[in-house]
Amino acid sequence: MSSATIAPAASVAAATETPAKRPYLGAHALCDALIREGVDVIFGYPGGAVIPLYDVLPSYEPQLRHILVRHEQWAGHAAEGYARATGKVGVCLATSGPGATNFVTAIADAMLDSTPLVAITGQVGLPMIGKDAFQEVDIIGVTLPITKHSFQIERVEDVPRVVAEAFHLARSGRPGPVLIDLPKTTIIAPTTPSKGHTVEMPGYRPTMNGNGGQIKAAAKLIARAQKPVVMAGHGISISGAGAELRALAEKADLPVAFTLHGLGTLPDSHPNAIGFMGMHGHAHVNRAIDECDLLITVGARFDDRATGRVDMFAPNATVIHIDIDPAEIGKNIRVDVPVVGDAKRVLARLVEEVKPADRAEWRGRIESWRIAPPTPNFSADEPGISPFKVIAALRAATSGEAIFTSDVGQHQMWAAQWGSYEAPNRWISSGGAGTMGFGLPAAMGAQVGCPDTEVWAICGDGGVQMSSAELSTIATERIPVKLAIFNNGFLGMVRQWQQLFHGGNYAHTPIGAPDFVKLADAYGIPGLRAERPEEVWAVINQARAIDGPVVVEFRINPEENVYPMVAPGAANSQMIEADPAAAE
Amino acid sequence: MTAVTNAPGGTSERTLSVLVDDQPGVLNRVSSLLRRRRFNVDSLNVGASEQPGMSRMTIALRGDPAETEQAVKQLYKLLEVRKVVDLSNERLISRELALIKVSATDETRAQIREIAELFNARIADVAPRSLVVEAVGSVARVDSLLDMLRPYGIKEIARTGRVAVARGVGGEG
Repeated sequence: MSSATIAPAASVAAATETPAKRPYLGAHALCDALIREGVDVIFGYPGGAVIPLYDVLPSYEPQLRHILVRHEQWAGHAAEGYARATGKVGVCLATSGPGATNFVTAIADAMLDSTPLVAITGQVGLPMIGKDAFQEVDIIGVTLPITKHSFQIERVEDVPRVVAEAFHLARSGRPGPVLIDLPKTTIIAPTTPSKGHTVEMPGYRPTMNGNGGQIKAAAKLIARAQKPVVMAGHGISISGAGAELRALAEKADLPVAFTLHGLGTLPDSHPNAIGFMGMHGHAHVNRAIDECDLLITVGARFDDRATGRVDMFAPNATVIHIDIDPAEIGKNIRVDVPVVGDAKRVLARLVEEVKPADRAEWRGRIESWRIAPPTPNFSADEPGISPFKVIAALRAATSGEAIFTSDVGQHQMWAAQWGSYEAPNRWISSGGAGTMGFGLPAAMGAQVGCPDTEVWAICGDGGVQMSSAELSTIATERIPVKLAIFNNGFLGMVRQWQQLFHGGNYAHTPIGAPDFVKLADAYGIPGLRAERPEEVWAVINQARAIDGPVVVEFRINPEENVYPMVAPGAANSQMIEADPAAAE
Repeated sequence: MTAVTNAPGGTSERTLSVLVDDQPGVLNRVSSLLRRRRFNVDSLNVGASEQPGMSRMTIALRGDPAETEQAVKQLYKLLEVRKVVDLSNERLISRELALIKVSATDETRAQIREIAELFNARIADVAPRSLVVEAVGSVARVDSLLDMLRPYGIKEIARTGRVAVARGVGGEG
């Protein structure tokens, strides 16, 4: 090992003096292939197996920016945030072994939320694979059920083809995570530059155009329906079908409910937008679905948090299900008219087929159930800071233009309920996986992808302690994310369940936290705190005036609950609409 | 709205014939998918197909038509899966191969051979204390043969699980 002590300065100097003489390696082939795919940023972390790749990365700056994170999981979520905000494929890079396994949660998250992600992992050299070499983990095997597809590149000449296929797979059809495992021997193998590679995958042909007969059948059902409701899901924002959804809703006068990831696919202020559905959906929205005679589900997969008890979900409804993934049709519920295809293309044709209608009476009935949203007005008379009013204030301050990301739990549901999303891809949350710690790195990625957009990470005091190490990345890279911490001293959603369903046994949900203002200060980031309602607006305005990252802590009411709520296993029609204790 | 569940309970036998790219890891991907979605698999058989570079899997599973349809759709999501045919409602020829090592003595050897003949099975190996019976037939027929041989003492069984093809059009039923 003594050879490792040879003065590195000398070799660096030699390398910079004669860059043209360096051979073209697998590492170069990878970087060139990434650039061909339009990649401009990689979130990553180096390690043994990828040192030769990191050796060439700086020569691709600034075209290919590398952002050094503080833990590989957050590189994965940052790439997800980037992908969700921009619609492009997010890229993350880690070394073999523990670097690769730290990706697992992010890959699973991207799989469940159909997020286009290419995760690149180093691997020990081919002759070492299977020998339990240092930092060897079978990451292909580990991630098999949570990737859309995965590749291990054994031959360096396959690098351009595999990268082209991986990006095509990640972004097309139903998007998802694709893993590229790169043995060190491939990274260091000499090769020749490629001009690119056309993708030919006979085993992969997503159905884009819906069946014409089925679309006509759907239009007929819509014409006949008295009380139709559209259930708008993530597929609409993924396919960029916002305009088509709007045209359909307006022409056939359809009320539109949103799944968690469907928020913003029709502007919240649009008269046909009725709001958020599901376990913590608005009561009037769940009631509309309970009463509807036709449910038109677009780009959504009938997740249990959206449907509640499934045999009592939309009990009177005929169901039209439009989705690009045929396996989603009939997976959780029986469908009357399935249409397999891309939401944008199918909705465009459906708009042509539907007859104009006036459903003012049905929409009026739904609107009559709506409760007034919280106002962002705070007074010193209030006992404490109402978290949902903080959401309303953040939204009022940012005029519906900002991107909100979130962790998972109460703050996430308040932000979904009262975030008033006016455009798709402005609400980035971990839905399917429910990954705590997601909010801060996702905001980091979204901000890198959308440098001119204001980005707020909305986190709880629990989740933010998982990923707060990324404040270091944010400070180093000067990523101007605003972090709002909703601090109630509890793992709030679990505490709420304990209160409602476990007799108030608050087992391991009171959680300590550092002084977040001092923590921010330690990273060289301004930290602000609101302890009283009358301080909320001042800190929001102050935070927005800061040109750069900022941490804002809101000391919210410790035992505030999220309502309405559908108890686990109950039907969406059986909502707990307000605090049972308060009603007594 | 009617729920679709994956709960076990549907007991009807289904047979899927799956054409896959002959690439490393295909079996791993297919078996991982079947396990993860809790499909109830009786047997899974892989071998060469009529097309170069492709293998044919015969997957025998239990479930109702909705579960089977879901299995077909999920299999199609794997890139290496090129074609899935649900043979369950087809007139099909279904066979498995079984090698059965049975204890044999001078007294019982002839009896075992007689049983094997009744099942069109042959004796593949003869040793002083055992016989190996080689049987080809439907799963039910192999089961019946095993029932007949069990009293003599079965030392070892290797079964392939069933392979199947649809009958030719216009052929005898």
